[in-house]
Amino acid sequence: MSDFSLSSLMPLAPELFLAVAGMVLLVVGAFMGNRSLRLISWASVVCYGIAAVMVVSGDGGRAETLGGMFVMDGYAELIKIFILVGLAVSAILSIQYLYQEQILKFEYPILILFSGIGMMLMVSAHDLLSLYVALELQSLSLYVLAAIRRTHLRSAESGMKYFILGAISSGVLLFGISLIYGYTGTTNFALIGQALGAEISLGALIGMVFILAGLAFKVSAVPFHMWTPDVYEGAPTSVTAFFALVPKLAALGLIARLVFEPFYPLQDDWVQIIWILSAASMLVGAFAGLRQENIKRLLAYSSIGNMGYALMGIAAGTTAGLSGLIFYMAVYMIMTAGTFAVILSMRRQDVNLEKISDLAGLSHHMPKLAYILAILMFSMSGIPPLAGFFGKFVIFQSAMESHLYVLAVIGVLTSVVSAYYYLRVIKVMFFDTPAEPYDGHISWGRWIVLAGSVGFILLFIISPSSLLDICRTAAVYLIPSSLS
Amino acid sequence: MISAIAFYLFALMTVFAAIMVITAKNPVHSVLFLILAFFNAAGLFVLLGAEFVAMILVIVYVGAVAVLFLFVVMMLDISFSELRQGALQYVPIGLVVGGILLAELIFIFVGWHIAPSAMDNRITPMDQTVQNTEALGRVLYTDYIFAFQVSGLILLVAMIGAIVLTHRRRPGVRRQKIADQNARRPQDVLDIQKVTPGKGI
Repeated sequence: MSDFSLSSLMPLAPELFLAVAGMVLLVVGAFMGNRSLRLISWASVVCYGIAAVMVVSGDGGRAETLGGMFVMDGYAELIKIFILVGLAVSAILSIQYLYQEQILKFEYPILILFSGIGMMLMVSAHDLLSLYVALELQSLSLYVLAAIRRTHLRSAESGMKYFILGAISSGVLLFGISLIYGYTGTTNFALIGQALGAEISLGALIGMVFILAGLAFKVSAVPFHMWTPDVYEGAPTSVTAFFALVPKLAALGLIARLVFEPFYPLQDDWVQIIWILSAASMLVGAFAGLRQENIKRLLAYSSIGNMGYALMGIAAGTTAGLSGLIFYMAVYMIMTAGTFAVILSMRRQDVNLEKISDLAGLSHHMPKLAYILAILMFSMSGIPPLAGFFGKFVIFQSAMESHLYVLAVIGVLTSVVSAYYYLRVIKVMFFDTPAEPYDGHISWGRWIVLAGSVGFILLFIISPSSLLDICRTAAVYLIPSSLS
Repeated sequence: MISAIAFYLFALMTVFAAIMVITAKNPVHSVLFLILAFFNAAGLFVLLGAEFVAMILVIVYVGAVAVLFLFVVMMLDISFSELRQGALQYVPIGLVVGGILLAELIFIFVGWHIAPSAMDNRITPMDQTVQNTEALGRVLYTDYIFAFQVSGLILLVAMIGAIVLTHRRRPGVRRQKIADQNARRPQDVLDIQKVTPGKGI
């Protein structure tokens, strides 16, 4: 590290750019006050675009820098692009809602930006220390966002709950990290992998269990999911949309790197853990969602279930499984973005609605919106020609290839069960007695998100292999084909 | 010999103060014992030759954190006995979880050994001629610059968060407006009158 040169910072360029942009926007906001919210939101969207270009223009090879704390490779590149898209979509979806609900705080888009930096750093973490600081940067911004509407009891409560449980999970994670450090004498992923490859001790094993438990909290895998429904329900809807879109993708990306790089020698052990997390998440997500009346809670359970499917891709432990995971998360993100764009438009007499029964009669008043939501729900439940079906298909296929038959069967059965609540939304929209119409206005930013989401889901069938191939190329960076 | 005596003195005082922190009835006494524990821990660090950590412990923990605690305890009217009553019903669950963790720790401790490569990984060549403040600085700002900078970002987010969640504009508060104050001209606000003796105004 003594021979420092500017070129060693090149792999870090997108994050550095975003950090500087965030600080500049903060100064702009501090001078212009809360009326600059719209300006800062759109400026942050432009910054995500520039950062995405910087990510793509990297040479694509694997580069470790800053003393091995940070790694940039094709895998991180792809996930970072998905993260940036998710961040931009959440920022666009938020603007109209923030003005309608009078949450006029210019810090809102800036907090999203900083948590985005944390997520990008998580995916590139190559050291337990950088993993931890990146995770905290992301989490801390999320806690504040959950409580940003502090005058509302529910929002403050959800922020508090998220913060306390998040702090406990960080403690668990740190305890695991300390055990791993105690055994291997290093926090670097490559060196940990070497040390564990030579010999495995009980201490290291328990350390890994604690680290995975701490991270399972972040992706809300059962049994670490308790915070999710409350936080989703209590947080302002635009924040819920953000929570559903991006952080879990980053956390899953981090888990995948962790189990395939440093903990690869412990594969027999972590497959069991991921197996249980995956099966439990699918079951709870499917059955607990059946009784929900609040659409935000419903989506919380749906996201728990979807994490179960995604984790199945990691449990498979192959290139196919990992590329399935990346692909599944991308499709899930796109579907969720569309769904939240509809939910954010559910307003009557200037009040945002959250009950499923409030959707009644949407097909009469706003047929366009109703058909869009119907397509999204069909896709979520995995009806064939839509993109959601392919996501599940790829995951189940990889699980079967890795002989995880029981897991795949649970997956298929739970997706049938969860189809009930997705289809129920459609039934309410089209067949229940119509309620009063909504306030009509939907901003063009929201229409773009809706059109993009539905367009992707419908048109995906034309060329299914193109996105899959991209995911597979990225997955190979993490799992060399000789291993799989 | 002297260092051994000093060690036992500091160590015993630390343990004693730590026990008193959680057993003292009066929360103010608890905080004062906490400060005592910090001071003794700092003494232990000096014995280890880590004078920088010792000073930081005194400056940061005693100087800032402990005093902050003291203020919180004294200024907020929290009835700690009430808090304890509510907590009692969770003791069984806490004992179960704690028991499981303890069992795990015992398992780890009994079966503990380190990886063959651990010693090589852990060794950090030290330049004996530099002070440990300087050595820490070198490690922190070169090897760990990444973690250091990201921690800086975390603190920035914490600051933004604290302001977002607590700052509010209260109506009816008279604020100082420096521009208005500077713009005041004597002729606008002063009325100079000649007072003739015996008449008044």
